[in-house]
Amino acid sequence: MSIFYENREIVTPGDLLAEGEFEAGRNAYKIDSKIYACKLGLVEYKGKTVHVVALNTFYVPSVGDTVIGKIIEINLHGWTVDIDSPYLATLRPTETFNKSYNPQKNELSEFLNIGDLIQAKIIAYDRTRNPLLTIKEPGLGKITRGQIIKVSPAKIPRIIGRKGSMINMLKRETRCNIIVGQNGLIHIYGRNPEDERIAVLAIKKIELEAHTSGLTDRIAEMIRKERRGMV
Amino acid sequence: MKEKIRLVDDSGIRTDGRKPDELRPIKLEAGVLSNADGSAYIEQGKNKILAAVYGPREVHPRHLALPDRALLRCRYHMAPFSVQERKSPAPSRREIELSKVIRESLEPAIFLERFPRTAIDLFIEVLQADGGTRVAGITAASLALADAGIPMKDMVAACAAGKADGHILLDLNDLEDKEGEADVPVAYMPSINRVGLLQMDGQLTPEEFEKAFNLAIEGCKRIYALQKEALKAKYLAIKEAVEEAGQK
Repeated sequence: MSIFYENREIVTPGDLLAEGEFEAGRNAYKIDSKIYACKLGLVEYKGKTVHVVALNTFYVPSVGDTVIGKIIEINLHGWTVDIDSPYLATLRPTETFNKSYNPQKNELSEFLNIGDLIQAKIIAYDRTRNPLLTIKEPGLGKITRGQIIKVSPAKIPRIIGRKGSMINMLKRETRCNIIVGQNGLIHIYGRNPEDERIAVLAIKKIELEAHTSGLTDRIAEMIRKERRGMV
Repeated sequence: MKEKIRLVDDSGIRTDGRKPDELRPIKLEAGVLSNADGSAYIEQGKNKILAAVYGPREVHPRHLALPDRALLRCRYHMAPFSVQERKSPAPSRREIELSKVIRESLEPAIFLERFPRTAIDLFIEVLQADGGTRVAGITAASLALADAGIPMKDMVAACAAGKADGHILLDLNDLEDKEGEADVPVAYMPSINRVGLLQMDGQLTPEEFEKAFNLAIEGCKRIYALQKEALKAKYLAIKEAVEEAGQK
């Protein structure tokens, strides 16, 4: 029973993290009784489980996640949506709000056309099938205003913060509505472009400094400084 | 008879001033290209090589997709200006073969089974060649894969050893490779103690082979340490800058 790093130390793929009666958590794997890292990240020892919080990763779909995607194709089964992950997602006509859809009368492009951005939720996904989306819940659907920025999906937990502390602070300080897609796309819309500009700046800073401590306070300070600069 | 070039002098020093078990100076950098999902750049002596990774992503053409794991596609390519005499940019027989051995040396390191029906595309571009480009290419490629956030069992470090002028040498340069007696490129995963690539070109006795192989493994371990450092460098720099700013 021994561990080889301190909590939150940076590790690389192949680093031996622990030996003995441990379990491999996120981004770690086990051979015999040895736990190794499989990504670049910060190691976290939580009781008997060893995690690696990845510093860079791509989005792997997971049922229940809210994502932001772009319609790239329309076919017989519905819309094909790029959700910035290894797999393309499908949105079926039955999963949209519009009940009056009749395949013989209506064109799918009347509701959502190629290039439209949507906020959607993943309702089904496994190894053998591409993810299925729904927009049949309040808050989901076509995005018509504001702007979208992309960050690494690895930084999403940091942007939300513990129990939403970071995102709530961001919303309050920037006076913008911010919707975070688990796939790394973030939708921002505020009352004026200046608010949005500050929100984008703050999110970019969080992305860059995600692995450092005391971030929430530093971001709040930065936003206040930016505001003073603009008056 | 053609006079043989002296590759190792009487005091055991090589043509470029190195000792027999010395690597060429190595510069490694991760994340050098913003348009690729992951990238790396290596300078090993006069070698200059770029590696870029895309994916995992949808496979095109579709029928190549594998139902149970990701498809790793690799292209090793030498730029026309990478060698003295202009090289045709079309992939040669040698480049196609090297693409295959590089792919096979990296496949066991990646958790391909976690991403069925996708492709990981890897591009290795040799900008300047000076012997040992396949191993330097593997070193850069595995760094690029790690930079892309693709889960790996271990990083792959690669290094060659060989025989020239009757001496077993580490990390042959172009001259030693061409004029020497043998070349043994090795790709190795140090943490899990696995060999991903082992080739031999030339003639060695079993004892010499073992000596060359062990020397190459030793070289791989040194390169592995540099890879880890390069991968962490970007994040450690930010961390330090932030901590410094906090102290003021």
